[in-house]
Amino acid sequence: MNPIILILGLPLLGFLINGVLGSKLPKSVVGAIGTASVLGAFIIAILNWNIISQPENNSIHLDLFTFLQIDQLSLKVAFQLDRLSIWMTLIITGIGTLIHLYSISYMKEDDGFYKFFAYLNFFIFNMLLLVLGSNFLMMFFGWEGVGLCSYLLIGFWYKNEDYGKAARKAFIMNRIGDLGLLLGMFLIISQFGSLDYSVVFPQIATGNTSTSMLTAISLLLFVGATGKSAQIPLFTWLPDAMAGPTPVSALIHAATMVTAGIYLTVRCQVLFALSPLTNEIILWVGLGTAVMAALIGLKQNDIKKVLAYSTVSQLGFMFVALGTGAYSTALFHVTTHAFFKALLFLGAGSVIHGMHHEQDIRHMGGLKSKMPLTHLTFLIGTLAISGFPLLSGFFSKDEILTAVFLHNKVAYVLLAGSALLTTIYMFRLYFLTFHGQYRNHHHAFDKVHESPMNMTLPLMVLALLSIVGGALNLPTYVTHSDGFLLSWLKPLFIIPQSIHEINHNTEYVLIGIAVLIFVSGFLIARNIFVSKATVPAENSTGLGGILQNKFYVDEFYNKVFVRPLEITSSVLHDLIDGLILRAFTFGIFPMLKLVGRLNKKVQNGNIEMYLLYMVIAIVLLLGVNLIFA
Amino acid sequence: MEFILIPILASLIWAFLPIKSRWIASGLSLISLVVLLTKYNQGSFPDGLVVFDQPWLGESVRFTLVIDQITWFMLFLTQLLLPIIVLSVKDQNQKLIAWAFLMQAGLNGVFMAQDGLIFYLFWELAMIPIYFITLQFSEKDNFVTTIRFFIYTFVGSLAMLASLIYLASLSGGSFAYADLLNTQLSHAQSLIIGGGLLLAFAVKIPIFPFHLWQADTYTNSPAQGSMLLSGIMLKMGLYGLIRWYMPLAAESIDFYQPIVMTLAVVGIIYGGIIAIRQDDMKRITAYSSLSHVGLIAAGFFTLNSSGFNGGLLQMLVHGLNVVGMFLIIDIIQKNTNTRNLSELGGIASKYKFFTVLFFIIVIGTAAAPLTSGFPGEFMLLNSVFKYNSIHGVLSGLTIILCAVYMLRIFQKSALGSNEIAMSEVSFVDYVPLIIVAFSVLFIGLFPQVILEIFTLSVEKLMLDISNAKGVLS
Repeated sequence: MNPIILILGLPLLGFLINGVLGSKLPKSVVGAIGTASVLGAFIIAILNWNIISQPENNSIHLDLFTFLQIDQLSLKVAFQLDRLSIWMTLIITGIGTLIHLYSISYMKEDDGFYKFFAYLNFFIFNMLLLVLGSNFLMMFFGWEGVGLCSYLLIGFWYKNEDYGKAARKAFIMNRIGDLGLLLGMFLIISQFGSLDYSVVFPQIATGNTSTSMLTAISLLLFVGATGKSAQIPLFTWLPDAMAGPTPVSALIHAATMVTAGIYLTVRCQVLFALSPLTNEIILWVGLGTAVMAALIGLKQNDIKKVLAYSTVSQLGFMFVALGTGAYSTALFHVTTHAFFKALLFLGAGSVIHGMHHEQDIRHMGGLKSKMPLTHLTFLIGTLAISGFPLLSGFFSKDEILTAVFLHNKVAYVLLAGSALLTTIYMFRLYFLTFHGQYRNHHHAFDKVHESPMNMTLPLMVLALLSIVGGALNLPTYVTHSDGFLLSWLKPLFIIPQSIHEINHNTEYVLIGIAVLIFVSGFLIARNIFVSKATVPAENSTGLGGILQNKFYVDEFYNKVFVRPLEITSSVLHDLIDGLILRAFTFGIFPMLKLVGRLNKKVQNGNIEMYLLYMVIAIVLLLGVNLIFA
Repeated sequence: MEFILIPILASLIWAFLPIKSRWIASGLSLISLVVLLTKYNQGSFPDGLVVFDQPWLGESVRFTLVIDQITWFMLFLTQLLLPIIVLSVKDQNQKLIAWAFLMQAGLNGVFMAQDGLIFYLFWELAMIPIYFITLQFSEKDNFVTTIRFFIYTFVGSLAMLASLIYLASLSGGSFAYADLLNTQLSHAQSLIIGGGLLLAFAVKIPIFPFHLWQADTYTNSPAQGSMLLSGIMLKMGLYGLIRWYMPLAAESIDFYQPIVMTLAVVGIIYGGIIAIRQDDMKRITAYSSLSHVGLIAAGFFTLNSSGFNGGLLQMLVHGLNVVGMFLIIDIIQKNTNTRNLSELGGIASKYKFFTVLFFIIVIGTAAAPLTSGFPGEFMLLNSVFKYNSIHGVLSGLTIILCAVYMLRIFQKSALGSNEIAMSEVSFVDYVPLIIVAFSVLFIGLFPQVILEIFTLSVEKLMLDISNAKGVLS
């Protein structure tokens, strides 16, 4: 059987079984079905790795049926497993399996347990649709499908109306991006007459398409990417999305869905490689997001919010890489980030679980003795994201910094600054949670407990991956050849990814700077936040206040977009529709009555008058006849 | 002819026999659906098959009924929706069903008529029942709304009649479709004739700014009246555009195209923006419908095949989804005595299955991929974008606005912590909802199956239109 059927079919089957029968099944069975279906997909992907890695046969195709046929344009339900999609599939199903496993314990008290697993499986299915599609339409299906699942899971606790609002906000902001993607697809149709990757990309590669057209298409696709991957200006939904259960944040809002924008760009590498203007825009948007979100992350007190802004910021890093043309680097960071950010979120979930739903880090502290495993793995995650030498984040981030250094020195300085901020806010989070004194007055310290095995096991696996993940693409100065991921992706790129030669001295200086950034960030955070009995007082004036209030972006959007739209809505309905209708009612009805009354006077039953009308009419008719004859 | 006689007979039976079961009524309405399905092969004639032809008023007006693929599809839409609507009629409103059957006869006639005067006759026949339905069966006094609706549509109908008579006089007195089609018009004549036809159709669809009758009529009518109006009746207008206006007054298309395109796009956004703030679920659905059918009209006026095929597909989808929405609203109102979002909430905690169906219809309306709303909307937006990228971008805003108001309607009624008191939803209420929800998923997955029904006739029709246009230019 075609492996793609199984890879897509298993999670779909899991969704259907749990969705339809889940309420009648015991929780253990529901959890087992949910986890096993994703694990099955993972195993099948692994089994096909060898086929994909053959140079002469590096993709498996599956054409199911014609979805729409419009004139010559044929839109098919068709998939391909190639070097890029298998890479994404392994991330999705691999981390997906761990998170499903983790959720069995995390959600076990919840009434909607079966619903949760059904949604989660459906998400995996849609995410796989996104990466396995062999044309833009399939990708769009997955693209909107994951948005829908994200909506359902953010608003999972549907009785809370605030969560509902957060879910709606996420869906709508994503839809704004989706419109860009949709319009980009229309342009592709008009330009290339197809949405199949295998038709569109070779045509672009011939270089016969005008740069302005390519720029327009790539910009529209990038608009889609800013929505899904939470970049400026469409990033504000992601922090709110933390309303969903923590495993959801780990899977959807850190490891997989939010990286769809990066996948899209890497998939369309040939398009973006030929659109220099778009690349420049991507670079600066990514950079702006990386810096801005890192700044906000410094001042958040909700453990999940810190991680959410961190995710936004790290996604910015990935886009910076894309902007410089370092596609494999971006995918490398997608991968390592998936490891350590999933780890951090699951660790945060373990803390929240152990602290009985406390999320405010000001009310934590000193947890390392109570939760040794969570503490250790969280520390590893923190080290990895901060760029501790030789951990996974160190290599992927260093690659990005090197690429941007060669591209633009100003951008390099800013991004290095953002990396420094990353280290500071992450260690602030770590210290406030696990070190110092316990600061919670609602729950006794004795009641804080370590999480059960199937929650800590995924933590340990992810911690291991966060340590060794760098091996996936070791830099040239270690291996004296291209990194693994770069060579893996090479056959996929029609236009070779530009690789800048860099002399070794510069390289070592950059590594030195990276290490320096880590050390100074660590020391700053340690100085301020460790070994203090109380949390340092918040400075809510000046810059601190602005950061606490997240640069007032939400308020700005409310004032500039939401409110005016609401007012327009009322004006259109009450004034325009309402007034014209009223004018109609109060204008035409009396007029008709008036006509009726006049008519009544004319038709008064007086025969002589009727005769008179007749004569006048005849004279008039004759007269008209004479004039026109 | 059976598609006119069966419903008339059903109407008479229902009006005069003392039967009182929704199931029997639905069964009765299923007869014509079954007959239609057995005649699927008649729909396989792209050029149309004459199913009835008798002289009527001398030789100039012949009672001609023709079925081609598009007609078959329109008949399918009508016969499919009617049982669903009939099944949802409240027990105390059983007489409404007789009117609904009569209307069905009129609608079927409209779609099959191949003679200008017969077309007009059925057009009016379809209208009469809806006046009585909106007037007699609404909860509160609906007189002003109905009169307003009547005046609006009647003015439109008269304009259409005048246009048809004028056109027939130019074609040597014959009202036959083929004669009208072959009549060469001067530019001025085509503008007058086309304008009259357009006015009638624009009111019926409705296209902004001829929509003013719509919101109040939908809101105040009984649920089944709203379903009949929005699900089927407004399709008369859209059908009229492509079958009557465009081929017959093709010379005027170049003149009216930019006007209608702009108005339609304005209507898409206008309806969408208004829908995001209303409290009454029916009113939201009314404005949402304005927005959706505006896109269909725009798609037709792009005159490209993506627009035509997508528009026809979307007619069926919109019919099903809007009927689904009104069904949902009707059930909620029946069980809670309100349909104001501000008074609702929390339905999901008790009625899980109902909420699932509700949500499927919501995402179908919001055109999520793999639901029925998507393929048609995709084709339509693509066609509008092809026509003009600015129009395309603006009408594309509908996918954002629609998400806003559809999710709002869902969340405010179904989610939240309210513990709304709602009596048990009965099995009879579930059946039509299940059918609609199934259609959302089926058409969402296999839209090509639906397209195959009419695509050959669409080609033929588009050829007719471009030929007719070519005569002048």
